[in-house]
Amino acid sequence: MSATPQLPPVAKLEQKTVVDLVTKGKRIDERGLESYRPIQIQVGLIEKANGSAQVFLGKSKVLAGIKIETGEPFPDTPEEGVLTVNAELVPLASPSFEMGPPSEAAIELSRVVDRGIRESKAIDLKSLVIQKGKKVQVVYVDVYVLDHDGNLIDAASMAALAALANSKVAKMEVKGDELVAKGGHHQLPLNNHPVAVTFAKIDKTIVVDPSLEEEQVMSARLTVTIDKNGHLCAMQKGGLYGFTPDELKKAVNLAVAKAAENRAKIMAAAKG
Amino acid sequence: MVLVAEPKQVVAPGELLAEGDHLLGDNAYKIGTQIFSACIGILEVDGNRVFVVPLKGGYFPRAGDLVGGRIVDIGLSGWSVDIRAPYEAMLPASETPGPRGPRRRDLSSSFDVGDMVLAEVLDFDRTRDPLLTAKGPGLGKVSTGRVVEISAAKIPRLIGRKGSMISMLKQETRCQITVGQNGVVLVWGKSPEDERVAVEAIYMVEREAHTRGLTDRIREMISKSRMVEQVAGTQTA
Amino acid sequence: MPEPKQPEKLIDEKGLRIDGRRLDQLRPLKLEVGLLDKADGSAYIEQGKNKILVAVYGPREAHPKHIAMPERAVIRCRYHMAPFSVDERKSPAPSRREMELSKVIRESLEPVVLTDLYPRTTIDVFIEVLQSDGGSRCAGITAASLALADAGIPMKELVAACAVGKIQGKMALDLSDAEDKYGDADLPVALVPNMGLVTLLQMDGNLTTAEFEQGLSMAMEACKTIHTMQRETLKKKYATIKDAVEEREEPEIVA
Repeated sequence: MSATPQLPPVAKLEQKTVVDLVTKGKRIDERGLESYRPIQIQVGLIEKANGSAQVFLGKSKVLAGIKIETGEPFPDTPEEGVLTVNAELVPLASPSFEMGPPSEAAIELSRVVDRGIRESKAIDLKSLVIQKGKKVQVVYVDVYVLDHDGNLIDAASMAALAALANSKVAKMEVKGDELVAKGGHHQLPLNNHPVAVTFAKIDKTIVVDPSLEEEQVMSARLTVTIDKNGHLCAMQKGGLYGFTPDELKKAVNLAVAKAAENRAKIMAAAKG
Repeated sequence: MVLVAEPKQVVAPGELLAEGDHLLGDNAYKIGTQIFSACIGILEVDGNRVFVVPLKGGYFPRAGDLVGGRIVDIGLSGWSVDIRAPYEAMLPASETPGPRGPRRRDLSSSFDVGDMVLAEVLDFDRTRDPLLTAKGPGLGKVSTGRVVEISAAKIPRLIGRKGSMISMLKQETRCQITVGQNGVVLVWGKSPEDERVAVEAIYMVEREAHTRGLTDRIREMISKSRMVEQVAGTQTA
Repeated sequence: MPEPKQPEKLIDEKGLRIDGRRLDQLRPLKLEVGLLDKADGSAYIEQGKNKILVAVYGPREAHPKHIAMPERAVIRCRYHMAPFSVDERKSPAPSRREMELSKVIRESLEPVVLTDLYPRTTIDVFIEVLQSDGGSRCAGITAASLALADAGIPMKELVAACAVGKIQGKMALDLSDAEDKYGDADLPVALVPNMGLVTLLQMDGNLTTAEFEQGLSMAMEACKTIHTMQRETLKKKYATIKDAVEEREEPEIVA
């Protein structure tokens, strides 16, 4: 059951400051309304993972790890490998994250990141088949939020993409009845590079990449995931209010541009 | 100043009621110069004031209201009372007639869990549960008579304009009827038959609250019941 | 029941869909209000093969007390699918999908409910999908709005919802299950008509920005149509008592 979330006690004066500034076209950290916070991406930090990436988006920090293991395909897709995306809001990342089963926020985060990768067909699942109907590669994308200062969706989306671009798959073959490593690795083939862009509505103004303070005063949130061709592959509205159709159209068009900017940063970092 | 919807007709939430210079009344809201309904109800216009009488909805406590409630718990210094509202009410022992400083044993001897009590809402605001008092004429434990629970939204109709409906009912049924704002109605009659007719009439008001000619139809129903009684009476005599 | 096979074509040579609809046509829609006895408000919707029942309880005292908010009512929403509602039996335990849908559905209704009037209470919305056929979250929202109004809960407006999608490269209204499964995109939308506010928006698949704009327009028009039906259903239900009694008063015509 989903319940209206308890609002953390944010000082009314600080809230008012954020809103007043935004109405004048400014933000509390002096960014433009359409600017991202500084983005830092590092790949390959977790040697035991097939691929990994750490993203700092302002003060938000997210770590994504990719594990690729052998397994069985789903019965209705015998000629496809498996992709599974999971995001965790671990308690160390924020005073508001509790231990226990995934919250609805964690589930939503997982599913929005998953949608971006899956719907853009970023991974060619057919290329993951080792033996049709019997043995396939399973790609586990695990996103760990380490520090919550707002806009975890975009940070997670960037980390997942960078980690996938950084991933190596072991070459496997079937010898008799067994699955055997052929020796050597190859880069996980990526056919698309989905990037999520998140907006927050504060009073009547829309800002890009909300910080935590801005998320606490926003009335609604919109995430638009764009693939490398400038097409939409996922969208998700969140929050207690809504958007006008004009606001939606404007946001979508801006998202295409911002996604391209961030994509360039991600793919450059992944090469490193 | 234009009325867009028809008065005395059913309006739905979000329906445009009026445009222009009207005064905003209950259960409606304004965007710019337009007034919209905020619930399913009947549109009423009183001079310049546009408001909606809800056809559905629970009881929302207000200070000064007379309410009938059921005791659901006994605490250290008072009782928790279910007054059919989204908030449980408190009846402190200090707000009941009788000796001061009661011990728990004494509390249940005044009112026990399950008892019906007639009380007045002393105080209620957004930050606390409703506070009741049972001190006052006519207030206290209800031990006799019949209890009828109807929708609180229909109570204004049961009372009628300037009390016209409730006066008629009391007169025609020869019963004492106490109406709680929260939909709890208490009926005492000289005979079970009188009480039964009164209860039937109260349910009829609830069912047909927003129809024309209700007062006359109820008067007719009561006199028909009386005739049936008389016939039955002469037959068994 | 064996799982249905993938249809050969989603749109035939005449431009008609598998169920004979045009691209811009809604599935047959049936709405009912106030059908449950114990719930404070209730509604039922059939849209295509979707059969969804919604009950609303509240405003009622918040239990446990710590979930209550001092300034407003908490809205709790549960979207749940019956195990027999789909082709392959679904476990009754809540899935991640149901948890996500419970959240987005709640967020689609939050903007219209006047929660400030009932601090420290909960308003509970229970959506049970008895049979599912694509677009169930939208149908659920349409019925949930009616159930909230039926409970007498003060609200600004009824919320209407409808999904559009892309099948065989063309934008289509109100996708059925097969169309959603084998189509190229799905875009559910909820709209508050008199405020022009979109309160639910999700998308998965592949759309150009132009297709998105076209789809959004189609969905909003459909929402307005559905909204008219919602309002009629609600008003008719509450006017029936009035009508029935007034009919009785007509004098009998004696030949």
